[in-house]
Amino acid sequence: MQHNVYLYILVMAVVTYLIRVLPLTLIRKEIKSRFIRSFLYYVPYVTLAVMTFPAILEATGNTLSALAAFLIAILIAWFGGSLFQVAVIACAVVFVLELFL
Amino acid sequence: MPSNRKTWFQKGLKDGVPIALGYFAVSFTLGITAKTAGLTALQAMLASLTLNASAGEFAGFTLIAAGASYLEVAIMEFVANARYLLMSCALSQKLSPDTPLWQRLLIGYDVTDEIFGISISVPGRLHPYYTFGAIAIAVPGWSIGTYLGVVMGNILPANVVSALSVGLYGMFIAIIIPPARKSKIVAGVVAISMAASFLFTKLPAISDISSGVRTIILTILISAAAAFLFPIKEEDPDHAA
Repeated sequence: MQHNVYLYILVMAVVTYLIRVLPLTLIRKEIKSRFIRSFLYYVPYVTLAVMTFPAILEATGNTLSALAAFLIAILIAWFGGSLFQVAVIACAVVFVLELFL
Repeated sequence: MPSNRKTWFQKGLKDGVPIALGYFAVSFTLGITAKTAGLTALQAMLASLTLNASAGEFAGFTLIAAGASYLEVAIMEFVANARYLLMSCALSQKLSPDTPLWQRLLIGYDVTDEIFGISISVPGRLHPYYTFGAIAIAVPGWSIGTYLGVVMGNILPANVVSALSVGLYGMFIAIIIPPARKSKIVAGVVAISMAASFLFTKLPAISDISSGVRTIILTILISAAAAFLFPIKEEDPDHAA
């Protein structure tokens, strides 16, 4: 059977959009359950932490440069660095270190 | 904090700049995958414009190259993107209950790891125009990067791609660390999440689980445990997330 690339893209786009938009449109009121509210409060921290580590170690050409960027980014964020500052400095650390590694 | 649409939109644009740069680098490599799978530059850009999902697109292009069925592609997209279901649930509680439908539909267009991350980190309620601003700059970065990836292949030096690809993780760190500094519980949750994620990539058998499924399993387990052990105080408005 011959497949059509545009149909593939349509299928992928519809599935992905439904996943994202259904909770946003169906859950319109504040959830009252304290457990679910607490659960959703922790979701972003867990998700972002799980996605960052150890994946960041594989993101660059060198594990050491990635580890350095990871630790320095945590330090800068801890001491109040903005989103932009932390992101740019992490990139700069990798770029500079990989000139030598 | 600013309260009108224009200021929020501009703030979203500004915070969206590092996202767009990171997206550009990632989607460039995505474009190379799309080309290998036999997609034209326009088709790849269309996929990026309509999906905004790195893992979902990588997986999708691979299946297209293999000539998989539409059903297989649909199931793969569901698995690769199911974490957005959790993120959208969390975002639904961050929005004011009277947020109009069209704004919900538009936010739903681009719930990515990064847009979700900055949207959920806004203090108090999320003003939809903040997310719109970030989307306005992130989506062009993502789709144009994909297009150029197909057209120009490996023209970007490897060390530049390497450096840029760490930027998105830097943003995640910038989002989770400040609250972790304020709350020992959040700090503990972040540390345990990273340790568990690390174990999941190393342990035999478990390490075969794809990163998308790993994210979902750990998010549900650890968030539920934290919610059970340390339920949030109801009166704190910051806990509207």
